[in-house]
Amino acid sequence: MINQKIRSNMILMGEITELFCQFLRCLYTRPFYLGRIYEQIVQLGIGSLSIAIVIGIVTGMVMTLQFGYGLAKFGGTLYVPAIVSLSILRELAPIFTSLLIAGRIGSGISAEIGAMNVTQQIDAIRALGTSPIRVLVVPRILAAVISLPLLATLSGFMGIIGGLIIAYTEFQMPVGFYVNKVLSTIKFIDIFGSMFKCAFFGLVISLLACYRGFQTTEGTRGVGNTTIWVVVRTSIIILISDFFLTKLLILLFE
Amino acid sequence: MNMEILKVRNIEKSFEGKQVHRSVSFGLRTGETLGLLGHSGSGKSVLLRSLIGLEEIDSGEIFYHDQRIDHLDEEDLYPIRTKISYAFQSGALFDSISVFENVAYPLFEHTTLKESEIEKKVMDILRMVNMEASHDLMPSDLSGGMQKRVGLARSMALSPEILLYDEPTAGLDPVNVELVLDIMKTFKQKGFAGIFVTHDIPAAKKICDRLLILKDGVIHFEGTPEEFDRSQDPYIKSFSSMP
Repeated sequence: MINQKIRSNMILMGEITELFCQFLRCLYTRPFYLGRIYEQIVQLGIGSLSIAIVIGIVTGMVMTLQFGYGLAKFGGTLYVPAIVSLSILRELAPIFTSLLIAGRIGSGISAEIGAMNVTQQIDAIRALGTSPIRVLVVPRILAAVISLPLLATLSGFMGIIGGLIIAYTEFQMPVGFYVNKVLSTIKFIDIFGSMFKCAFFGLVISLLACYRGFQTTEGTRGVGNTTIWVVVRTSIIILISDFFLTKLLILLFE
Repeated sequence: MNMEILKVRNIEKSFEGKQVHRSVSFGLRTGETLGLLGHSGSGKSVLLRSLIGLEEIDSGEIFYHDQRIDHLDEEDLYPIRTKISYAFQSGALFDSISVFENVAYPLFEHTTLKESEIEKKVMDILRMVNMEASHDLMPSDLSGGMQKRVGLARSMALSPEILLYDEPTAGLDPVNVELVLDIMKTFKQKGFAGIFVTHDIPAAKKICDRLLILKDGVIHFEGTPEEFDRSQDPYIKSFSSMP
């Protein structure tokens, strides 16, 4: 029983690795589908702008409220801009954005490819002498890897603005003071680290979603199961890998 | 008419221990239409898919002209698939693009034609299958018969040498069956060779030069429609008397 479980997980890892290698191979061999990549960036990235903005602002406002009242007891309200901006840029924005994007685009990609698989559209792409990896996988992975870091960065800055609104209205903190504190606290590496993590999360979300889409069988029920599998797995992987990526970034840059 | 453009030699295929094909061999000649018949589950569609590598075979050989193609990598099969085209039973149209774009897809992928030339060619092909008026509709707006006709149009867009038809008349009303058969006749007159997988014996007899009957994983009968009618084989007799 345990052997079988290990075996099936090894096969799963092998198949995902194989798909990733095929993706890499397609990056440096023709044909390239630049139009499709642009289309996917619009669909996955620009389509998720509103989610990223809302997550950012709300997180920043809540964090400022919590830290503002929490630190006020110790006379530490002045530290709110630094704490909020760092925690949002380094952790909260990348994680929250990635988790929500995992739900939105992970399920979208897997359902789309899964539905194409059960209706023989993937076979049709192959039968027409084209590669489903080039046509479907490469544009989606590239779009996710490009879009997610940008979305998380935007979300982070929206969080700082959300924090500013609460700091000004609730704690009467001068705008200039807040902005100065934020600018003197955040460094390029904070933004780079967040973008690096999100690029990795984007790769995980899109790769797993494409992989599972190709494995979909059993009609519409199979498509439903596929989306659940992708959202659950990618969320867990994002949370676990965040720890290791953060540790790696600290080791490298601090 | 005598040159074999597609040769199948001793194909074996099994799924999870169940043998689907046992030493299946046949050839397809230039301009010929071959009917592949058999009961449901006899492996007709699997055999058709195997011919262009959509299904891997366990052993045996497949030759396109003199090139062995059964062991080619997926990427190496792509040029072959522009010469041997496949019309899916369901049509398998890309549901997020229009009828026009579906038919234009292989032309954009494999030719250097200008957009205006592609547009003209696509409309010509759609006219041939009587679908030019529906060129801007989405596949979900089409009936099953219309989807099959668009699927046929898409499969012939690159003017392939061989067309593989996977049950193109299945589930259609008599009017649509006649329409699809007329399209297949037109293809045949243009010199395309074809393999026609079907349950529909009268349709196969109308279109095909030779018939193959698949039974228990082997070719049980091979001959012309006239030889099929004259056959005294009990299985063929019972098969041909099916409604």
